[in-house]
Amino acid sequence: MKTLTLSAFALALTLPSLPALGSDMPQDDTSRKDALTLWGVQFEELEYRYSDDDEELGVWNGDAFYGTDELKFRWQSKGEYAIEEEAYEKLENQLLLQTPVSDFFDAKAGVRFDTPEGPDRTYGVLGLTGLAPHWFEVDASLYVSDEGDTSAEFDAEYELLFTNHLILSAALDATVAFSEDREIGVGKGLVSTETGLRLSYDLIDRSFSPYLGVVHERKYGDTADLARAEGAGTEDWFAVIGARVSF
Amino acid sequence: MKNALMAGALGLLMPVMAAAGEYSLTVDRVMIDTGDFVKEGIGYNGASPGPVLRFKEGESVTINVTNNLDEPTSIHWHGLILPFEQDGVPGISFEGIQPGETFTYEFPIVQSGTYWFHSHSGFQEPNGAYGAIVIEPEGREPFRYDRDYVVQLTDKHPHDANRVMRNLKMMPDYYNRQQQTVGDFFADISKHGFMTALQDRLAWGDMRMMKADVEDVQGFTGLINGKGPEQNWTGLFEPGERIRLRFINSSAMAYFDIRIPGLEMTVVQADGNNVQPVNVDEFRIGVAETYDVIVRPKTAEAYTIFAESMGRSGYARATLAPEEGMEGPVPGLREAPLLTMADMSGMHGMDHGDMTGADASAGMDHSDMNQGEMDPDGMKDDSGMAADASDSMAGMDHSGMDHGAMIMSEGGASDPFYAEGSGLVPVAANGGKFLSYADLRAQKPLYEEREPTREIELRLTGNMERYTWSINGVKYEDAEPLRLQYGERVRFKFVNETMMTHPMHLHGMWSILDVGAGEWNPVKHVISVQPGTTVYMETEVDAPGQWAFHCHLSYHAASGMFRKVVVEGGPDQGNTAGAEVAKDGGDA
Repeated sequence: MKTLTLSAFALALTLPSLPALGSDMPQDDTSRKDALTLWGVQFEELEYRYSDDDEELGVWNGDAFYGTDELKFRWQSKGEYAIEEEAYEKLENQLLLQTPVSDFFDAKAGVRFDTPEGPDRTYGVLGLTGLAPHWFEVDASLYVSDEGDTSAEFDAEYELLFTNHLILSAALDATVAFSEDREIGVGKGLVSTETGLRLSYDLIDRSFSPYLGVVHERKYGDTADLARAEGAGTEDWFAVIGARVSF
Repeated sequence: MKNALMAGALGLLMPVMAAAGEYSLTVDRVMIDTGDFVKEGIGYNGASPGPVLRFKEGESVTINVTNNLDEPTSIHWHGLILPFEQDGVPGISFEGIQPGETFTYEFPIVQSGTYWFHSHSGFQEPNGAYGAIVIEPEGREPFRYDRDYVVQLTDKHPHDANRVMRNLKMMPDYYNRQQQTVGDFFADISKHGFMTALQDRLAWGDMRMMKADVEDVQGFTGLINGKGPEQNWTGLFEPGERIRLRFINSSAMAYFDIRIPGLEMTVVQADGNNVQPVNVDEFRIGVAETYDVIVRPKTAEAYTIFAESMGRSGYARATLAPEEGMEGPVPGLREAPLLTMADMSGMHGMDHGDMTGADASAGMDHSDMNQGEMDPDGMKDDSGMAADASDSMAGMDHSGMDHGAMIMSEGGASDPFYAEGSGLVPVAANGGKFLSYADLRAQKPLYEEREPTREIELRLTGNMERYTWSINGVKYEDAEPLRLQYGERVRFKFVNETMMTHPMHLHGMWSILDVGAGEWNPVKHVISVQPGTTVYMETEVDAPGQWAFHCHLSYHAASGMFRKVVVEGGPDQGNTAGAEVAKDGGDA
């Protein structure tokens, strides 16, 4: 008890001098002490497509983000506009929150709105995006639609550097449906793939890189059957010309 | 020079007044013309770089800094020992200088040598806010020279620094135009065979690391005293004169390898402190370091000061000549270095123990090497490993190693301050002597030699793909200050776990670099830590207050490789000599 009182007394003695240690020192409330908040806009694809059966499309696949290392808000947008029909074959917007889950991967969650010509769909999105070993940029998403249908999409991209400016990028996008959504022409199983090869040249830094390429689109299984029943094709080859843009 | 003469003359006339110097600086928006491009930036007294401030040891200086910008600013006196309130780091030493405000710095000059000053606000420094400081010693210099020039380098980029930061965060390889191409792969095949080339690619690809990741920010124009290679800053001399060149690297990101073909350089000072003279043909200057060299051109010809960036993506050039307008030959850039697995050996958490073979090759038996079995810490002690990496690799049995067949650096050069087998070890262009940290010895010890009171381990960490940089895995935004006790002598252990070189700068107190020379260890303000190495420095904690401590690469500091250091106790607070020194390392 005695020692306790003594140390309490000692504490009381030292206490008044303690604030002097901190109070007159500036507190770092500069932006240096805040997480870096950054933004960016990128179009992986911004292109004109011409198909083997003379169909013409305007296509984009881009995203914009705002946020920190820990949390980013991302708006991802994809569209395919049929120039002759003046109609969107595909129009997809995703609003996502993204946070790191490992050194090279982020988890993402959000909402996807599909508003093409024809029926609309809204989906909940859960996914992973990042850099796999050997420099494959991968992105995997799980979707649950407002109709209760689930599907998954897998994206991978690889860049081959012919030179430090002339770059061949290979992209594969595959969609699998776990249930049928006949109204939007989706059958159960592997739905479709889109494979692209684009040869680009970095003209202005990495902010403007024009490219030429080929894209192959194919529908599979029940989805292909649904397309055939509608009188639509199940496979397309496109020649593409466009630019990768970032700012 | 003229100013110094004037000041000297005045000093003679008015010996009583000589103890105080008053200086004025304005911080201005300026245009910076590199010869390659013109870019708006920030400067002092209407120019970037700012003026050379010439102080005299023992005087007290008053410096009025007027902020003509529309944003806050600050000036940090890099390498100067002064009260912490005068150190010029917003949020740590003071509140910063608001637009339109004039802030008066007042501090005694207690040292001599070559230093520099720069803004510590945002990215003003890479945008041009820097200048040089030359402090004349009270006593005699231990070397002789007839004239001296400041040679201040920078890596001026056509992009505004905020944009550089954003681009790096968006795409870490945004500015890297030295990446391995398909052509390089075929070249590797023809040189090393298909399997080796493939395994090498796979090993790097597996780590998601690039061996070409030496210089993050390329595309700059190297400037010397504000002049680009074409504008050719020229320093005049009379043949036979000894010229003291005060090299200062004020770059945001670039290390430079400096040589003057035809002239031997005698290094006499590093980071403002005299060193025992070393004759060299070439030296590497880390970001924020200074080296003073003496050259003695004997003939009336032009000599090129050639500063190649470490990653060989750019260069600065200037000339020493007997008269204006003369030019010496300008060498070409040498081949860009590539990192080796040895440079990756510091990476914790990467499951690639078997690939650290290069680092380990000097003293380990590779026959029973297994993934994960090797303790990376055990391999990082660079001091005892003498063997030339390429030799020891040649004797290795690769059969038991998954990724053993990596491609090693070919020079076989070694330097105890680089990982054994590192691809970054510099070699002099003429095959002569390249300065190493290991060559530096203090001319006169600044402190009495004593045992450190404790050791603090600081792991230099980061993630290149996210462009996050940190200390002990924690970014500044999440970090507690590093607490030191006044009166202690701290031994800092830097463990570089990244593949980048980090020039670590502690404000306010000297960094005594351990080169194994005891009391003759050189006294610096920036310690460059190469990838895959462990470097020790000791600090006499003799400056109360709070100080900044950070990697001096602008974009590394801004993305988190930064700490506040608090020195507790001290003469003002009566708590001297670090009576209760914590035994643990503190949490940085």
